[in-house]
Amino acid sequence: MNQKKRVNSQYYHALTRTMVLVIMLVSFAPMFLVSGIVLYQFRASYEKKVFDHLGELVQKHAQNIDSFLKEKLADIRFLAETFGFEDLSDESFLRDRLETLQRDYGPVFVDLGVVNAQGLQVAYAGPFKLEKAIYYDADWFKEAMKTRYFISDVFLGLRGLPHFVVAVRDNYKGEHWILRATIDFVAFNSLVENIHVGKTGFAFILNTRNQLQTKPRIDIEPEIKTYNRLIKEPTLGKGAVHVVEARDVSGKKKIYVIGFLKHREWMMVFQQDSSDAFSDLTQTMKLTALIIVLGALGIMITAVILAKRMVGRIAKVDSEKERMNEQIIQAGKLVSVGELAAGIAHEINNPVAIMVEEAGWIGDLLEEEEFKSGSNLDEFKRAVNQIKTQGRRCKEITHKLLSFARKTDPRIQNVQLNDLIGELVELSAQRARYARVTINTRLEQNLPYVKGSQSELQQVFLNLINNALDAMEKEGGALLIQTNRQGDHVVIELSDTGPGIPEANLKRIFDPFFTTKPVGKGTGLGLSICYGIIKKMGGEIRVASSLGKGTTFTVILPTEVSPPQGRKA
Amino acid sequence: MHKQKNRFDEPLKLLLVDDEKGFVEIMSKRLSKRNIQVTKALSGIEGIQALRGEDFDVAVLDLKMEDMDGLEVLKIFKTMVPQMPVIMLTGHGSEEAAREGIRLGAFDYLTKPCELEQLIQKIYETVGARR
Repeated sequence: MNQKKRVNSQYYHALTRTMVLVIMLVSFAPMFLVSGIVLYQFRASYEKKVFDHLGELVQKHAQNIDSFLKEKLADIRFLAETFGFEDLSDESFLRDRLETLQRDYGPVFVDLGVVNAQGLQVAYAGPFKLEKAIYYDADWFKEAMKTRYFISDVFLGLRGLPHFVVAVRDNYKGEHWILRATIDFVAFNSLVENIHVGKTGFAFILNTRNQLQTKPRIDIEPEIKTYNRLIKEPTLGKGAVHVVEARDVSGKKKIYVIGFLKHREWMMVFQQDSSDAFSDLTQTMKLTALIIVLGALGIMITAVILAKRMVGRIAKVDSEKERMNEQIIQAGKLVSVGELAAGIAHEINNPVAIMVEEAGWIGDLLEEEEFKSGSNLDEFKRAVNQIKTQGRRCKEITHKLLSFARKTDPRIQNVQLNDLIGELVELSAQRARYARVTINTRLEQNLPYVKGSQSELQQVFLNLINNALDAMEKEGGALLIQTNRQGDHVVIELSDTGPGIPEANLKRIFDPFFTTKPVGKGTGLGLSICYGIIKKMGGEIRVASSLGKGTTFTVILPTEVSPPQGRKA
Repeated sequence: MHKQKNRFDEPLKLLLVDDEKGFVEIMSKRLSKRNIQVTKALSGIEGIQALRGEDFDVAVLDLKMEDMDGLEVLKIFKTMVPQMPVIMLTGHGSEEAAREGIRLGAFDYLTKPCELEQLIQKIYETVGARR
């Protein structure tokens, strides 16, 4: 039986596990799928938005700078073309022009100068002492002489300050001359420096020789190799700029945006740490993950609790069903045993009766004269009497069996418990003698009827008596059965002097399959069936035990006056 | 052994109807010894046939026989000779049938297997009641 119990508990564990898994699967699968898809889409579109935004930012700024440079060039060109070499060679006139420009555009133009084909600055207006300066060897001069319009890279030059030159070449009397203006570095630099996004996003400009043309907010070493590699990769954003996400030399993930200006002579680079650019996204992701984890945890706990509760209920129903089945089987067994016994009793009755009568006939004949003188007459008479006595005993036994069998009837009727217990005690007398147990009864007179099935009640009390006898089998003892009337209940007590039941077993004693008897001896069902029958009748069964002293089972049944059905309604 | 004396010179005529042959034989022997003349019938039919031929002071009828239900036989007996007392023999636990028999006019019943002394006592009760 213990094995069966173990198998059952394994089954229920497996059932619980399956239910938990199924609940979790059907809850998690859509949850993870939906949140995964949504998160992926969100992430993708968010990233796209960031890339596009940065791309546009850089492109716009590059265009701004380009147009800034073009504008300055146009201003100088206008001067050169409008006034010509002669007018502009007049330093006071040149100073007036510079003042006009500075009035119109602010301190963007630092100075103006007119340089002849030999590189001599013939006129100069500005804060530095650069009159008659010779630029023949200067890079910008060489370059400027080659084209009509020229904008130089940033350089230190004669004044020792970072600046760059905007120059226009023109002709005067068959020779080139140049009008050049210096653009204020600070004004220009602010155009680029203004680009800053988040905590780590900034921009700068490099020339073809990879020299910084602007001063970045943060001191950096331009990652030239990275830029050169990246401009070959496909862009993530839209427009003419390259937007690439890549790791820098230290392995940090960064977004690089690279645009070109000044006819591809200058390269504008914007870079920002990915973690900074996507900090909002990361936070949203973290929050979502937290919600998912908490949700999953909630589902898991719910699944486990729900499954355990449901399986517990199923187990209860199962065990009740099983107990009921066992009851039906037991009752059926009892009925068929009863029928068998009744048949045998009937069959035996007749031959026994004949034997007794034949013995009586011998007794009759012994009365006649011819036998009176027989020396063994008294022995004969004694033998005949003995046959009669034993025959009568047989008859009593069969009568007991018959009245027992007659009552294997599950119909509800009025039962006199005193009679029922009396019969059971007689039936158990033989067993009790073997077990050296004396059975005493103290039955209250005029005990009211109880409503129930004879056979079921027989089963209950036979079980209790048998259990008591089992318990006292080793040592012998006494069993006292008492009946009492208490109000509208009948109380039956069976007290034995057996070894008693340990506290731990006492609680489980009415559980199905609980047994302390060796394997194969007990089903563990007896008391649970008793319990079921008594409960069904609206009664109660209790047990009290003290180790070494004995055990008392108390059965309380409602009398006929208040039938059990009345209680349930 | 308890002994019953016959109070009448003429033997009582008794019809014993039971399909247990051994029981009928020994009972008739023992009853004859006690001045009761027994006519044996091993079935309901035999009993009815016997009753056609003669008159009896009393009939003892087993209620459980193979060929006919004892109660049916009782009904026929009661139609044929209503004044004849009938003692029924029933199995233990079949008192219901016995009560039905009494309703139909039987004198009384004994549970089987009955002992000679009980039967004789019952027989004389019927005779006493009639005479």
